[in-house]
Amino acid sequence: MGGPGAGTIKGKERYKAGVIPYKTMGYWEPSYTPKDTDLIALFRVTPQDGVDPEEAAAAVAGESSTATWTVVWTDRLTACEHYRAKAYRIDPVPNSPGQYFAYIAYDLDLFEPGSIANLTASIIGNVFGFKPLKALRLEDMRMPVAYLKTFDGPPTGIVVERERLDKFGRPLLGATTKPKLGLSGKNYGRVVYEALKGGLDFVKDDENINSQPFMHWRDRYLYCMEAVNRASAETGEVKGHYLNITAATMEDMYERAAFAKELGSCIVMIDLVIGYTAIQSISKWARKNDMILHLHRAGHATYTRQKAHGVSFRVICKWMRMAGVDHIHAGTVVGKLEGDPNMVQGYYNVLREPHNDVDLQRGIFFEQDWVGLRKVMPVASGGIHAGQMHQLIHYLGEDVVLQFGGGTIGHPMGVQAGATANRVALEAIIQARNEGKDIWNEGAQILETAAKACAPLKAALEVWKDITFNYASTDTADFMPTPTVSV
Amino acid sequence: MRITQGTFSFLPDFSDAEIRAQVAYCLKSRWAVSVEFTDDPHPRNFYWEMWGMPMFDIKDAAGIMYEIDQCRKAYPNHYIRVNAFDSTRGWETVRLSFIVNRPKHEPGFQVLRQEGPGRSIRYTLHSYATDKPKGGRYQEP
Amino acid sequence: MNPENGIAQSLPDDTPVDLEGAFRDSRIQDVLDQLDRELIGLKPVKTRIREIAALLLVDRLRSGLGLSSGAPSLHMSFTGNSGTGKTTVAMRMAEILHRLGYVRNGHMVAVTRDDLVGQYIGHTAPKTKEVLKKAMGGVLFIDEAYYLYRTENERDYGQEAIEILLQVMENQREDLVVILAGYKDRMEEFFRSNPGMSSRIAHHLEFPDYSEQELLAIAKLMLQQQQYHFSAPAEKAFQDYILKRMHMPRFANARSIRNAIDRARLRQANRLFASNRAKLTKKDLITIEAEDILASRVFNDGVPDDKNAVKQTSAD
Repeated sequence: MGGPGAGTIKGKERYKAGVIPYKTMGYWEPSYTPKDTDLIALFRVTPQDGVDPEEAAAAVAGESSTATWTVVWTDRLTACEHYRAKAYRIDPVPNSPGQYFAYIAYDLDLFEPGSIANLTASIIGNVFGFKPLKALRLEDMRMPVAYLKTFDGPPTGIVVERERLDKFGRPLLGATTKPKLGLSGKNYGRVVYEALKGGLDFVKDDENINSQPFMHWRDRYLYCMEAVNRASAETGEVKGHYLNITAATMEDMYERAAFAKELGSCIVMIDLVIGYTAIQSISKWARKNDMILHLHRAGHATYTRQKAHGVSFRVICKWMRMAGVDHIHAGTVVGKLEGDPNMVQGYYNVLREPHNDVDLQRGIFFEQDWVGLRKVMPVASGGIHAGQMHQLIHYLGEDVVLQFGGGTIGHPMGVQAGATANRVALEAIIQARNEGKDIWNEGAQILETAAKACAPLKAALEVWKDITFNYASTDTADFMPTPTVSV
Repeated sequence: MRITQGTFSFLPDFSDAEIRAQVAYCLKSRWAVSVEFTDDPHPRNFYWEMWGMPMFDIKDAAGIMYEIDQCRKAYPNHYIRVNAFDSTRGWETVRLSFIVNRPKHEPGFQVLRQEGPGRSIRYTLHSYATDKPKGGRYQEP
Repeated sequence: MNPENGIAQSLPDDTPVDLEGAFRDSRIQDVLDQLDRELIGLKPVKTRIREIAALLLVDRLRSGLGLSSGAPSLHMSFTGNSGTGKTTVAMRMAEILHRLGYVRNGHMVAVTRDDLVGQYIGHTAPKTKEVLKKAMGGVLFIDEAYYLYRTENERDYGQEAIEILLQVMENQREDLVVILAGYKDRMEEFFRSNPGMSSRIAHHLEFPDYSEQELLAIAKLMLQQQQYHFSAPAEKAFQDYILKRMHMPRFANARSIRNAIDRARLRQANRLFASNRAKLTKKDLITIEAEDILASRVFNDGVPDDKNAVKQTSAD
């Protein structure tokens, strides 16, 4: 086998039968400059002991493009150099011996236009179980403009969603109906009505509410739309409930979507587990039917949470923006679910910005131009309450859906009061922020003052004042600015 | 009832000083501010009447407060709102919108149900105010 | 009874006040220095500005102690011939007022009659109000203000603009400062015919014509800014030029000087072009020679050499 530093074997030697290291097969090309039309993937590679990083990176490049474990003569029937992915750069990961960042470039021709299923099958379909690697994580991707233009992107997007709802200048408010399971259709609708009337903009089905013995989907839709319209009349606002159309087959999903549309809903939801193909199909349907599309990221944490192995959630965000969803759960920072502040802000930027600059502290490794693909509204959901409003707005900004499930329905004075408490807290913080106040430091005080005129908010602050979820995050930034020591 | 459209409708009605602070925020963000009024507050009625053009190139809130006052004098019993338009690429839409005047008595909405096949229903909202013709919608009760 | 007076009276007379600190914090010295650098001469104007600044600063201190003398009137009139620095001074005044906290923003909007007055019924009020809205928070500078008032034409809509201005100058003093500018005699006549306007002006500043030494200094400053300089004979020639030109009709002070400089540069360029082009040095490029000045019609024909010396407006 070639020793360390052995370059690509060229000419006829390359195609003699036998096994040669990946890094000599043409998959490790340190002098290659990626074209503007190449897709670039950044992998965090942990090679097995005894495997050098170039070989590991080349193996990943090879196994995610044209290679197989032994040389094949049929390669020579193709312009094989063109189709090989090229690992062109390797950096050691700071503070993590044995881990490397490997940059791999893929030619545009490797991919079918407008297909996330094909993109993922190509990049992550083959490589993650590969024995010479102890662990592998897809950390980030750079999509060329040429490739992005083959995707329709979000059917609605932040700007159009706000224009349809006629709601500007503040985060949107939502809640998941609780308990997660067991309510009958009519009781379910009652919770929706109370929450919307009290002041929330949306209520949602939970990810596993599809159509179960305790509630058939049609009944849920009927009662929910009654609740939505009653609440709209009581308040004069556009209201919505994310009707979950996730089902066993596409045919079932289309049937549910059609019924949601017939009843006049403005929004439907799907779960990530339906798969990339289904997501793109429903996205297309949503565009054709003027429907906002909410995506619950069910199941993602099985592969996004651990730093060494899996797919980073920021890559999922990019794929989902391309596939075309309008809402996606993206983390709260201060709630009950995993999320380091820098990483979460990175996800939000990937979803919301028209252009991302390199920002290593937030985990954004590539400059990315989104060429007019609409902006996705991130959703912050999970263990948050009104007393954290100033922290939420500080970390997440105003273009976000804040969902307070337990924080609305668990309010001591009832669901309506819970909703009102959240809405008043939100508007008070936004007013103060616009006036130029320092909401991070004065937020608690601002909420106390607002609570003087709002009994529900007062009660909410009382009940939940000591609730925080402080655990060490499992997925943190590799690049943090360190203060320099002056000499 | 009290319609809760606009960004700040769950807070107590803003004083002029509070309105001015929000307008100053819009000017600092370099948005154009406009004043609109209506007597039909249906949630799908996006096109309120314009009280003058959106105001571009204004450096101080005083000019805008003046227009709000003039609109209030002209239509004391209408809904009046302040909008801020952002022209930057990627937005090109309204960024803030809040109500600064309301009729003294808001009659609210009725839910109209048109029953369809099965248990299906087509909903629409009807605004009680529009039972009366334009110009006479919000008289004192 | 003003409740603040009650507080003021309760403070002892020997309560210390920090005028030096207030002056330093306002940073208006920077603006006064800038004025000194930018504008030659204008001694009476600069003195007056310093006086006004002192008054406003003391007023600030007083209101800090609860001693109120009411919102000061800040509207001004600037009178003088063309090209004597009125617009520049107005801009610096806006900056000073901003730093002393009397206007919220420091911008200036400069208009003439046509920006305020409409051509048909109902056109004037919205036009004037639009201008006012843009100027609020800063200074509104109205050049040749007397054109607002045309007695000879009853169908003139200028009166409407004047009414609106008077209202704002009286009732919205914390929102806007108005500076009217124009030729001295015409402004005096305007104020005689509009006592309402006259009574609202707190400060009248006169902008004297420049002396010939000042005009030469202005010329040299302009040349320096453009990286030229006079040769010694050229400077002498220019002095003569000034003496002759300033007594001829339509002399526009600093603006006429600028025009003369521009023409000298043109002649210099053509002289270099006609000379031995291969043997020029940097010195040739930056020096204005006497012949570049003496070619002027002011010397040869005894007439002004700039047909359009005086623009329609008097300000510079």
